[in-house]
Amino acid sequence: MEKAKANIDYTKTVISIRGLEKSFEDFAVLRGIDLDLHQGENLVVLGRSGSGKSVLIKLISGLLKPDKGTIEVLGKDVCCLSDKELRELRIRMGFSFQSSALYDSMTVRKNLEFPLVRNQKQLGRKEIDAAVESVLDAVGLSQTINQMPAELSGGQRKRIGIARTLILNPEIMLYDEPTGGLDPITCTEINDLINEVQQRYHTSSIIITHDLTCAKSTGDRIAMLIDGKFQRTGSFEEVFETKDERIKPFFDYNFIQ
Amino acid sequence: MNTENNTPAPAQKKDNTIKRRITGFFTDLYKIHLFIVRFFKEAFVPPFEFKEIVRQCYEVGVRSFALISVTGFIVGFIFTKQSRPSLASFGANSWLPSLVSIAIMRALAPLVTALIASGKVGSSIGAELSSMRVTEQIDAMEVSGTNPFKFLVCTRVLATTLAIPILATYTALIGMLGGYLNVSMNEGVSYTAFVDQFFRPLMFLDFTSSLIKSIVFGFTIGIVGCYQGFYSKEGTEGVGKAANGAVVTAMFLVFIEEIIIVQITSNFR
Ligand SMILES: Nc1ncnc2c1ncn2[C@@H]1O[C@H](COP(=O)(O)OP(=O)(O)OP(=O)(O)O)[C@@H](O)[C@H]1O
Ligand SMILES: [Mg+2]
Repeated sequence: MEKAKANIDYTKTVISIRGLEKSFEDFAVLRGIDLDLHQGENLVVLGRSGSGKSVLIKLISGLLKPDKGTIEVLGKDVCCLSDKELRELRIRMGFSFQSSALYDSMTVRKNLEFPLVRNQKQLGRKEIDAAVESVLDAVGLSQTINQMPAELSGGQRKRIGIARTLILNPEIMLYDEPTGGLDPITCTEINDLINEVQQRYHTSSIIITHDLTCAKSTGDRIAMLIDGKFQRTGSFEEVFETKDERIKPFFDYNFIQ
Repeated sequence: MNTENNTPAPAQKKDNTIKRRITGFFTDLYKIHLFIVRFFKEAFVPPFEFKEIVRQCYEVGVRSFALISVTGFIVGFIFTKQSRPSLASFGANSWLPSLVSIAIMRALAPLVTALIASGKVGSSIGAELSSMRVTEQIDAMEVSGTNPFKFLVCTRVLATTLAIPILATYTALIGMLGGYLNVSMNEGVSYTAFVDQFFRPLMFLDFTSSLIKSIVFGFTIGIVGCYQGFYSKEGTEGVGKAANGAVVTAMFLVFIEEIIIVQITSNFR
């Protein structure tokens, strides 16, 4: 499915990162990241395994603390928020984990309900059920509602994971390798889902991946993360056509099309 | 090159690991201290997770009920049987119920309950939380606006702290039943007479010290299990280590606490 024209507002930034640095012990993972995510945009972050992509979005969601630099999400500096403010901010951000991170002990229904029940205590049973059915429908897995996560395939788990973040109507979506470890057809389905989410829920997204097909079909803009910095940012073609020695091999080895 | 790598440098290596272990032990101690402080900071401020606490209490009870029933009964039965000869040599058979009651109420019931719960409950809390940590479920909870410490740790610790005293009481009653069965088989004492003699030597202090003990044991089992799970190492290996660490550490601490509490309460006798 071709990506429909995205409705991007370049005058508004929802995430703004300046001079971000993060090290683990003496290993510097991120060494000065600058990034702006515009409203309604799908930004793809490409990078090799271990280049710090997951670390980057964990920093954005406040799961890790930066050593240096600022991260502004929806106008608030993530590092300097109280617990309560951080919680309120996180509800406006959806985080789809690399490992899906579904709650093993709960059925799909309970998994999807969990964020709602916890954060919007005023909701009645009917409203919750309706919300669950609506997001399940959006990811096309209505039949799995009473199954346990262990009974789902990897692709289904990914989609349920995405559905669980959608249920709170986030303004920003962070996808950590949405197509990691899936077959090409399922990948395409997930890519379509990401685009559909962008259209239907009007989200701005950061999509972390090392899958070029995913990058090409979902990204409005691509950023290459190499050696802890964004070496190149631009449209897929711009990044693809680069002569940069560090970026070139990535595309040569990776791209089958 | 290979041979060079394989030749050991024992003295230096040993020194290193011992040093690391000692510093590791103290950092662990400090971290546990922080963990406990955090528990008290978060457990008693609203919103409270009553539903989850009740569910966890139920889990604790269900997990250890069968084993505790069997063990409690056997302990009461065997202890009575083994104590008989020494009492009989003084011709003091009629003291048997009192002896059993003091042994069970003061020492055996809380201790047996705590040890079994360490094995059944502590290990499963450790394994559960660490597998949640490894598969990023704890992170997922955090980013979806739920405080995982409060929802996972506080509820479990409160549940064990509440449930272990109840289970210990149950163990005591089952142990008494075991003792009664043995006595009635051999001495033919009636049930009412046995119960009367069973409770006569017990003082208020025995009940309170046992209660305090089992509360402390329950708290320990919960905290240790949660600590091991919550801060477990990444990878599936971490899950096994957390479960194992929870059992070993909890059992060890239970014995230490037993000694300390017995020393303190015996001052009041
Ligand atoms: N909690 C942590 N403690 C120590 N080191 C970490 C931690 N998290 C990540 N790292 C290190 O940071 C580096 C980047 O990790 P990250 O998970 O961000 O990689 P990634 O780009 O997401 O790779 P992949 O594509 O395989 O998911 C790795 O070398 C990893 O060892
Ligand atoms: Mg990653």
